[in-house]
Amino acid sequence: MSARGLRWIIPLAVVPVLILLGYAFKLNPREVPSPLIGKPATKFSLKTFDGNQISLEGLRGKVVLVNFWASWCYPACYEEAPALERGWQAFKDRGLVVIGINIQDKDEPARKFLTEFGHSFPNAPDPAGRVSVDYGVYGVPETFFIDRAGNVRYKHVGAVTDAIFKEQAERLLGERS
Amino acid sequence: MIPELGYAATVAALALALFGCIAAAVGASTERHALVVSSERAAIGVWLLVTACMLLLVYAFLTFDFSVRYVASNTNRGTPFYYRITALWGSLEGSIILWTWMLSLYTLIVVGQYRRRQPKFYPWVLAVMLAVAGFFLLVMTIPAPPFDRLTPVPADGRGLNPLLEDSGMITHPVALYLGFTGFTVPFAFAMAALIIGRTGDEWITITRRWTIVAWYFLSLGLLIGGWWSYHVLGWGGYWAWDPVENAAFMPWLTGTAFLHSVMIQERRHMLKLWNLTLIILTFGLTLFGTFLTRSGIIGSVHAFTQGSVGQFFLGFLALGMLGAFSLLAWRLDRLRAHSELDSVLSRESAFLLNNLFLVAAAFTVFFGTVFPLISEAVKGVKVSVGAPFFNLVNIPIFLSLLFLMGIGPAIAWRRASAENLKRNFLMPVAAGVVAAAVLRLLGVANTVVLVCLALVVFVTGTIVLDFYRASRARRRTGDSWLEATWGLLHRQNRRYGGFVIHLGILVIAVGVAGSQAWSVQTETSLERGQSMELAGYHIRFDGLEPSDESNHFKVTGAFTVSNGRRASAMLYPAKKFYPQEQTPIAAVDYRLGLIEDLYLVLGDFAQDGSHATIKVQVNRMVSWLWIGGLILTLGAALAILPEWKKPA
Repeated sequence: MSARGLRWIIPLAVVPVLILLGYAFKLNPREVPSPLIGKPATKFSLKTFDGNQISLEGLRGKVVLVNFWASWCYPACYEEAPALERGWQAFKDRGLVVIGINIQDKDEPARKFLTEFGHSFPNAPDPAGRVSVDYGVYGVPETFFIDRAGNVRYKHVGAVTDAIFKEQAERLLGERS
Repeated sequence: MIPELGYAATVAALALALFGCIAAAVGASTERHALVVSSERAAIGVWLLVTACMLLLVYAFLTFDFSVRYVASNTNRGTPFYYRITALWGSLEGSIILWTWMLSLYTLIVVGQYRRRQPKFYPWVLAVMLAVAGFFLLVMTIPAPPFDRLTPVPADGRGLNPLLEDSGMITHPVALYLGFTGFTVPFAFAMAALIIGRTGDEWITITRRWTIVAWYFLSLGLLIGGWWSYHVLGWGGYWAWDPVENAAFMPWLTGTAFLHSVMIQERRHMLKLWNLTLIILTFGLTLFGTFLTRSGIIGSVHAFTQGSVGQFFLGFLALGMLGAFSLLAWRLDRLRAHSELDSVLSRESAFLLNNLFLVAAAFTVFFGTVFPLISEAVKGVKVSVGAPFFNLVNIPIFLSLLFLMGIGPAIAWRRASAENLKRNFLMPVAAGVVAAAVLRLLGVANTVVLVCLALVVFVTGTIVLDFYRASRARRRTGDSWLEATWGLLHRQNRRYGGFVIHLGILVIAVGVAGSQAWSVQTETSLERGQSMELAGYHIRFDGLEPSDESNHFKVTGAFTVSNGRRASAMLYPAKKFYPQEQTPIAAVDYRLGLIEDLYLVLGDFAQDGSHATIKVQVNRMVSWLWIGGLILTLGAALAILPEWKKPA
């Protein structure tokens, strides 16, 4: 390369930095590896909005998806709400349970949210915030996938999509308990 | 209706900016003046339309128009009036409007100032500035539309991030953005200089004042950010090397380097290439800062929501940096220096070293900030780089910079003689050494603090000596002390404005060193009526008071504090519970003082008020940071005054 040609190294010097920054889009800084993965899920027992009692222990042998949400959390909670209902409808007969846990919310808007999206899976408020603390919930929505043996296997931060729901549900349902 | 009008204004402004940019460029290259005139009308139109966007959004906030997503996300019916206005820039979309508005305002001033005075530079400056404004308007049109509708319309909004309900919220972003956008002007002149091939010193002389203004606002924004962090976040510090703090600090470092290196070019016609590189980097880093905050690639307390905004910013950053550096490469032949460095002992080399250290600091901060990305890309391991790294690397750099701050302004140009060195530095060095010895005897054991304070005394010595000699010289002509001082500040405002800014930095350095070395804290649980003691303060817990505020629930603790020196007083740290937040927000209470602040943060408490945990800090010398900021303001004001001209 001639000396005149070498000058074009100046602008090219910024390229590696740009590539690094571009690569960063593929990462998610909020996706902090949860220390709960692979560990037994903390037990909880809550009273649902319908007045029934639901406990994690009673669901041993099923794949459980625990979704933490709030009515003020948009857009993410509003985006994932239909996907959760669709997933529940598709997989409930194969041994999967979806549990919604409503945190840091008021009763009335939370119920309105459930009616609006026609959620038919069990949903319970977490009045003292204990369950969300036990699960280390950082922000809503966060979703935990628990296998048939009661171990947390996957944590999803942000809105759950149909694809993620299906992928994790198929994987955990495919395992023998 | 409002959202549609706002959106239409945004699109119209985008079209005008693009048209103006092209018209100015074509007008300049074909010398068709009419096109430049119409581009300048476009610039005025952009400003009017962006102003309209801002007003429309403020109106939507004031009328609780929750059909606008941005309004619903950042207010609720309880948000106090005052914060409904500042909520305008409380989050991503609105902050882009504020940014664009400031940029369009700067463009307007450029039109007013240089239309006649700089006919060669002006059209290209306009083209560059409108191109930048066009990009921000594109962001407002596609990835971050502030007037986006929300259906169904919620009954109430989510509310502003409670941490933003503070007076710092008005001033911090405004100052910071004025600084960030301000660097666009010298950048645009630099680009114009490269395009028209007038790569001499003109663009530097023209933009000198602009650089100081941008630098000053950026400094102010950083300091207000520190003050905000100190009195709102409740951890008792003002700087955490958070990625986004770093993002604002990097252009400050390169901007400071630029501010100094242009002086060598003006005086000695050296460093042309270097100065262009510095301004391009500074502008690039302001964009990088915005990119970092808004792309969501790095977790930070400041991070805004994510979306495709990041990709737009990265694209523009790539375009801008590749374009600017390509122009530089194209004009490389014209960027040769007219003179060379004569001696290592000269002002030029002191300034060069200063530049080297500042750029090294910027590089280490950059490296530390993006290191988590590199680590994840290369090894797949998530790491975070914290204060220890940044402190370890930067403390020696900043101490060296303090030293150079004493040398640079006082050493001779070209080649310093032994006589010059002795005359200007003997006394200040002696003062620094004596100060270090005295402080050591007084019990200051921390080496870094000792070195820092000795350097501060040394630099102050050089400034005082310079000022004393200059005013003595004026007094010989018969002026009184007052006249002599005023005359110096007034007639050599640039030099002495710079000195006043240096004094401000010195005061800040004392604040940083003192607060890091001498602050003490403790955390303890108190029964009602029980007292504790820290650093001579007695603190008694008197009880808790719950209250319902317009948009949150608040529990306030009452503490009586006393020490031997000051009358006893009540402090009321509180915890605020916002329905939309997971964790309660601490409301700090404090007593500020010149030497020390008493700073209380309420921790956990029993609901019946029988006991409470309290964090007590005695933070020393923190006020010096804010005082330094005021001195900086005075210095900057002095430095941008028009040059005094001798009456003809």
